[in-house]
Amino acid sequence: MEHYLSLFVRSIFIDNMALSFFLGMCTLLAISKKIDAAIGLGVAVVVVQTITVPLNNLLYTFLLADGALAWAGYPDVDLSFLGLICYIGVIAAAVQILEMFLDKFVPSLYNTLGVFLPLITVNCAIMGGSLFMVERGYTFGESVTFGVGSGIGWALAIALLAGIRDKLKYSDVPKGLEGLGITFITVGLMSLGFMSFGGIDL
Amino acid sequence: MNIKELLFKPIFENNPIALQILGICSALAVTSSLNVTLVMCIALTSVTACSNFCVSLVRNHIPSSIRIIAQMVIIASLVILVDQVLKAVAYEISKQLSVFVGLIITNCIVMGRAEAFAMKNAPLPSFLDGIGNGLGYSAILIVIAFIRELLGSGTLFGIEILKLSTEGGWYVSNGMLLLPPSSFFIIGLLIWALRAVKKGQEEPADFKMTANTKAREA
Repeated sequence: MEHYLSLFVRSIFIDNMALSFFLGMCTLLAISKKIDAAIGLGVAVVVVQTITVPLNNLLYTFLLADGALAWAGYPDVDLSFLGLICYIGVIAAAVQILEMFLDKFVPSLYNTLGVFLPLITVNCAIMGGSLFMVERGYTFGESVTFGVGSGIGWALAIALLAGIRDKLKYSDVPKGLEGLGITFITVGLMSLGFMSFGGIDL
Repeated sequence: MNIKELLFKPIFENNPIALQILGICSALAVTSSLNVTLVMCIALTSVTACSNFCVSLVRNHIPSSIRIIAQMVIIASLVILVDQVLKAVAYEISKQLSVFVGLIITNCIVMGRAEAFAMKNAPLPSFLDGIGNGLGYSAILIVIAFIRELLGSGTLFGIEILKLSTEGGWYVSNGMLLLPPSSFFIIGLLIWALRAVKKGQEEPADFKMTANTKAREA
């Protein structure tokens, strides 16, 4: 249990997807102008990340890894080179199914999250989550924890950035630095701040 | 559109990183040394050019409802190809790039150009547009990597240029440039410089602040 808790905290703060690995930057910079939209997108990322990382973990352990097809009678087959195309397929399909499911059964949630779901397919944080899961060799339980944790970490980062940009409206930024330039520098400072979690070892 | 415009416009006037805000993730994480950066640039440029070409070839046969997933499959197959080639030819560098080769799939430049340009144009111009945007991305990345490697560790391509004080030289290295957040500052300042030269790229302000009148009223 302690191991899972430590992994959870680690994936939120120390290995924060957005501020330590810089994944999902495009959406982070583009959608962080308004706090409401930022939180909506954050929640959508948590949901999709929680579904896709464990799904890809199952796919990897039972179909793609070296010798994983032993249960089907092919112990010598190594399909791990097909990984990339399978993960992105799973992510695209999961997002599409989630969108249809929400539309049919939870229309209120669909109205708030709906616009963000197509954006998530091309969010590197989701794909990166699955790739890190494979690279670090997580088990199924660990991958569930990592999925939830990294999703929450990303949501936290975008909500914080949206809050800072909201305050930034009242400051007098030099002409050419306005907009994108100052946002980059803000994210850089936030990321330096998050590096202070680096020394914590649980 | 002529060839020159297709190739060079994305480098300065319509730069994918500085103006279109595309493909930033990898720009930050792989720029601490020039060797790794160059490999990443070549990988991305070839994937963008080839995927633009392939998408453009089949553009009239893709139903628009499934076009995203069709583009995704083409891009993913090309990235697998690049990944396998890198593992065979430059194993050390591919280890350093780790997940970032795989993340070319979700790099918005590739997807964005396929959607915005290749779906509407013939194969050859699309191919050139892919190369042009790849070069625009590479130009920014190489500038960042140059600054970070030279001032951060005093080397270029691993060859010593500035002798570090820890080894008896005169140059005290700037440790912050070795940390990934420094690339945010460099990109931010680059954008500032680019917009100072090309005034048209400045963003219009969302609203205007009125002058402070408190002092006068009092």
